[in-house]
Amino acid sequence: MSVRHALLALLSEGPKYGLQLRQEFESRTGEVWPLNVGQVYTTLQRLERDGLVESDDTSEEGPQKGFHITQEGADELALWLRTPPDFSSPPRDELVIKVLVALGLPGVDVHEVVQVHRRYLVELMQQWTRLKEDETRLDINFALVVDAELFRLDSLIRWLDTADGRLKRAAGEDAPAPQSFPLPKARRRVGAPE
Amino acid sequence: MSYLELRDISKVYGEGATEVHALQRVDLSVESGSLVAVMGASGSGKSTLLTIAGSLEDPTSGEVYVGGRPLSSLSRNAKAKLRRQSIGYVFQDYNLLAGLSALENVSLPLELDGVPARKAQGTALETLDEFGLKDRASHYPDQLSGGERQRVAIARAVVGGRQLLLADEPSGALDSTNAESVMRLILAACHRGLAAVVVTHDAQLASWADRVIFLRDGRIVDQTLPLDSPEAFLADVPNR
Repeated sequence: MSVRHALLALLSEGPKYGLQLRQEFESRTGEVWPLNVGQVYTTLQRLERDGLVESDDTSEEGPQKGFHITQEGADELALWLRTPPDFSSPPRDELVIKVLVALGLPGVDVHEVVQVHRRYLVELMQQWTRLKEDETRLDINFALVVDAELFRLDSLIRWLDTADGRLKRAAGEDAPAPQSFPLPKARRRVGAPE
Repeated sequence: MSYLELRDISKVYGEGATEVHALQRVDLSVESGSLVAVMGASGSGKSTLLTIAGSLEDPTSGEVYVGGRPLSSLSRNAKAKLRRQSIGYVFQDYNLLAGLSALENVSLPLELDGVPARKAQGTALETLDEFGLKDRASHYPDQLSGGERQRVAIARAVVGGRQLLLADEPSGALDSTNAESVMRLILAACHRGLAAVVVTHDAQLASWADRVIFLRDGRIVDQTLPLDSPEAFLADVPNR
C-alpha cells in the first residue's frame, strides 16, 4: 500500500490537517491498515520536499498543520492510479517454495504439507468471511478490502488444489491411502512468525 | 445436540476388481444451528457423503442418525417421510420443476406431505417473501435469473420448518455476488436453528461455514479449528 499516494488522494479532495489525514486514511481502508502519526508526517515532509504538496505557512508544526496538493501532486496521483503494479515477474512465493522443497525431501508426504497450508488458508478465509456476515454494518471500503483478501487467499488454495491433483496423477495408482493428519493443539496465532 | 450424525460410515461401489471405496470410516456430527462445509476434489466422496446423510442412499457399513434416530431402523416409507418433513436438498443445477411457478415449486413439498394447497401456498409465499422473492412468486423458472432460481431452490429446501439442509455445490453455476447471496441465505437459515452441510470444492463458499471438513479419497483427513473472535483476528491483521 502506497501511503504517499493515499495521502495525495486524500489531499486531492481539498486541504487537510495531518491528524485528519491519518484518520481518513484508516477509515477509507476499512481500518485494516492502521497508520502511525509519525509515518504520516515523514511522508508529508517528503511530499513537500518533492513539490507534490505544500503546507499552510500560517499554521504551526504539529497535528493542526494544514496541507494542500500542488498541480505536480495531482499529475503524480493521476499517473500512479493508471500505472499497473509490476506483476510481470513471479514473486518469490514462500508457499510455492515450501511445497517444492517438500517434494524433494525423502520421508515427507507432500500431500500432508499441502493440507497443512490449505487448512490454514481456509481458516483465514473463514475469519475474513465472518467479518462480512453482518451486511448492514458492512462499509463499502471495508467490504472491498475483505473481498480482495478473500480472492488472494482463494487463489493460493486453488494453486494448492491443482498441485495436489497434479502430484497425485504423477504418482500414479501406487499412492498409499491418505491418513488423517494430526491437528495441532492450538491454532498458530495469525501473524506470528513461523 | 447433533441433528445429523454419521458414525463410521463406509460406502463401497462394485465388487472385486471394480470395487470403489467411495467413503471410508467417516465420522461427522452437525449440530442444529451450525453450518459445516465438506471440501474435497471431485471424486473425493463429497456427493456420496451427502446422499447417505440425506438417506437417499444406504451406507455399506456404519450408521446415520437424523434427529437422534438411526436411519437403518426406519422403513422405506418412514425414510421418505423423514426426507419430506425434515430434510431439504439444494443442488448445483437447482432442480426446479420447469412447469411450476416459483410459488408452486416451494409449496410442492408441503402439498406432497398432505398440507392443504391453500395453506401450503400461504407458507410458501411467506418463505419467498423472507428470501426477497415475493414479486417473483408467479414466475416460472425460465423467467428467473440463475441467482433467483437458486434462492427459490433454497426456499423450497427450508420451507415448512425443515431441520436439515444438504447442499451440493449450491453456487457452482453462479457468479461470486450471487454465490455470496446464496451462502448468506443458508447461513441465515442456520441462525434460525437449521443444521446444514454444504459440499463444495470452492474455498470461498466453504469459508462461510462454522467448520470445514477436508475429504480426500473417501476419508476425512483434516478439519478447521474454531474461529477466533473477529476482534482478536482484526487486531492481528496489521502484523501479517
